[in-house]
Amino acid sequence: MPPRFTPERVRYDRRYRTLDKYRFIVGFLAVPLAFYALFVISPFLQAIYYSFTDWSGGPVANFVGFDNYEKMWNDDRFWDSLEVSVLLLVIAPVLTLVLGMFFAYMITSGGRHRRGRAIAGVAGSSVYKVVYFFPQVLSVAIIAVVWGRVFNTNSGLINGGLDKVGVDGPAWLGGDETLGLISLLTVISWSFIGFYVVLFSAAMGAIPKDIYEAALLDGAGRARTFFNVTLPLIWDTVRTGWIYMGIQALDTFAICLVMVPPHVLKVTPVFLYERFRDGQYGYATAIGVVLLLLSMAFSLIVMRVGNRDRIEY
Amino acid sequence: MGSTSVNRRDVMKRAAAAGLLAVPAVGALSSCASGGGDENKAEKGEKSKKNPLGVKEDAGLTVYIFNGGYGDKYAQFVTDMYAKKYPEADPEQKPTEKIATQVQPKIVRGKPTADVVNNSGADQMNPGKLVHNKQVADLSEVLDAPSWDDPNVTVRETLVPVVEQMGRFGGRECYQLNIALTVYGNWYSKKLLEDGLDSSYPKTWDEMLAVCKKAKAKGIHGWSYPGGHPRYMFFSMYAMFAQRGGRDVTTAMDYLEPNAWKHEAVKEVFEAWEELVAKKYVLTGFDGTEAHTEMQTAWTKEGKCLFVPNGSWVENEAKDTTPEDFAMTVGATPSLDSGDKMPFGTLYSPAGEPFIVPAKAKNRQGGLEWLRMMYSKEAALNLFKEIGSMPVVKGAIDGQQLPSGTASAQAAIKAAGDNIVIPQFMDWYNELFREDFNNMIHKFMQGQIGPKQAMDTMQKASDRIMKDPDITKVKKA
Repeated sequence: MPPRFTPERVRYDRRYRTLDKYRFIVGFLAVPLAFYALFVISPFLQAIYYSFTDWSGGPVANFVGFDNYEKMWNDDRFWDSLEVSVLLLVIAPVLTLVLGMFFAYMITSGGRHRRGRAIAGVAGSSVYKVVYFFPQVLSVAIIAVVWGRVFNTNSGLINGGLDKVGVDGPAWLGGDETLGLISLLTVISWSFIGFYVVLFSAAMGAIPKDIYEAALLDGAGRARTFFNVTLPLIWDTVRTGWIYMGIQALDTFAICLVMVPPHVLKVTPVFLYERFRDGQYGYATAIGVVLLLLSMAFSLIVMRVGNRDRIEY
Repeated sequence: MGSTSVNRRDVMKRAAAAGLLAVPAVGALSSCASGGGDENKAEKGEKSKKNPLGVKEDAGLTVYIFNGGYGDKYAQFVTDMYAKKYPEADPEQKPTEKIATQVQPKIVRGKPTADVVNNSGADQMNPGKLVHNKQVADLSEVLDAPSWDDPNVTVRETLVPVVEQMGRFGGRECYQLNIALTVYGNWYSKKLLEDGLDSSYPKTWDEMLAVCKKAKAKGIHGWSYPGGHPRYMFFSMYAMFAQRGGRDVTTAMDYLEPNAWKHEAVKEVFEAWEELVAKKYVLTGFDGTEAHTEMQTAWTKEGKCLFVPNGSWVENEAKDTTPEDFAMTVGATPSLDSGDKMPFGTLYSPAGEPFIVPAKAKNRQGGLEWLRMMYSKEAALNLFKEIGSMPVVKGAIDGQQLPSGTASAQAAIKAAGDNIVIPQFMDWYNELFREDFNNMIHKFMQGQIGPKQAMDTMQKASDRIMKDPDITKVKKA
């Protein structure tokens, strides 16, 4: 409440001050928070409720307790799909972030030292920045269709190229799970790298130049500079990117659905979609709830693991 | 600031915490509301001789058509008929590739906007679920109504019997009506078989293997396999199960009986195919989503293989790559030997392109009337002209010039007589076919599993569906 009306007793009480501070913040955020509660939180809660019912799209949804979860536990198809999803969750972020960081570093500080500057990007880095971002602009469906053609066994770009050099290319999406996984990882990483290049470039651009100059005077090479200067200073961004990419990997739905035939492999969201399609809405939402818990757990673990002291600059 | 100091860092911390809550992955938890529907009154008019279903003349009509391989022009013909008879109704047709996406949410809410739906395509609503939820109307009224062309004959009497059989879900009611006959089997070029290989169509499996051997000597694969869509193999296998072991085998599959897939006949059919695969008679390498098209091109245009597992739509689908003198023909599945329970010629030939009328459709009678028009002679003939497949209306295409594939399909139906077999489980428990059989047969065709594992996998899947409380079972009448 306004200072005039604040009773003398509590005016200088720290707890009251804290309360007052939050009241102030919440007052400003009330409208967006109400929207958020209505359109994001309430569907979550509804979905969690539906996961305990046998709802099948009709007007009736009976409460069945943990039946859906029990069914999931005993469903081999679910575990098969989860295996694929967890593999993606582990491999995709590492692959994408490492490549994204490498390219970003090359663009911002991988070049020769020209005109007396401490750092410079490789030649043509302004062009690369734009080109890397192209896949981000394409719609996911188009990416999936185009790459599906690229991986085609008989007439695809890859096997066509291999034919030219006399190698018989494998059936990428022809039923071998490992090859299918490699194909899927390639496409996911390819489509997200551009985003991370831009993100990390921005983070690296914010690092003061004099730190680089100091490193240069101390005789640090490019790799040394990266590991001892750049990486520690952009660590927060890396961690955020890691969480985001992990969630994206768990959420690989469209690419898998459109590009990978269902008998090769499935990710959990595709399995969930199939259950929806067969009118098992209760079961499908239960799978959705498990995915939610998985993403939450993943985020918390990365937050914990990646926790370092923040370096202020 | 007064006494309330809020520093920037505090605000940022909260914002970050709120941001974490907005985990995008839970987009999967998109909101669906299961609203009930209040009884809305369907529009009804007076029944009369000219209007046997009691259609309200000025009630609007909305028709949803799956816009796939068949397009929607054939249906527009019927919608135009409706407009001609009920000019005030102003019927509207909506073609879509996503039937469930477009239609289902409104049916779930109990306020369907569609009055008649062509429930087909990859995004098909699960028909068993619709029946279970009482969301579709009983269409017996259409079958009992006098037919469009002759008021003395009911619609039922003008149709081939499989139509009603396939619309039943274990009871007397009929919830879906199909409009076109599909003939599944082994499709080949008569020219290649008779002139190129100097052979006749193999009636037994031994003859089949002999023909394949002959073809191999000429550098042609006897068979082909669209790896991107493994389920196609079913089209050339299913009738053999029935042929070998009689209808008991296929009925047991339909009713998910224990050991339905462990039957001796099933094993022998798988063994026969295993031999064909092991001898490398099968052309592979079609792996993408376009696998069927790639296979059909290799078959028609490039002449790389003799037989393809397929259905009667293939003639229309492959017409751009088919040479003039190809003489596309369908053959019934070969017998294994004289011990077969059903004769050679037994045919897997269901009716396809299902139509439903939502139970709470605003103009339900109009939807039924639309279907009655669909079963008129002129609409059936037009259907044939548009999509080249055989209508279920008896005698609708008599005297027409038939392309060779359709002609051979018609001959196959005649030859089969009563020996038509239909896998009801494909409608009732679609996942058993679309997922389980599909995934299993791919491993089988690659030689990764043998007959024993194939049967075990299918039996396990059948048992899983039997035990699943979310799947409504059809009881044996």
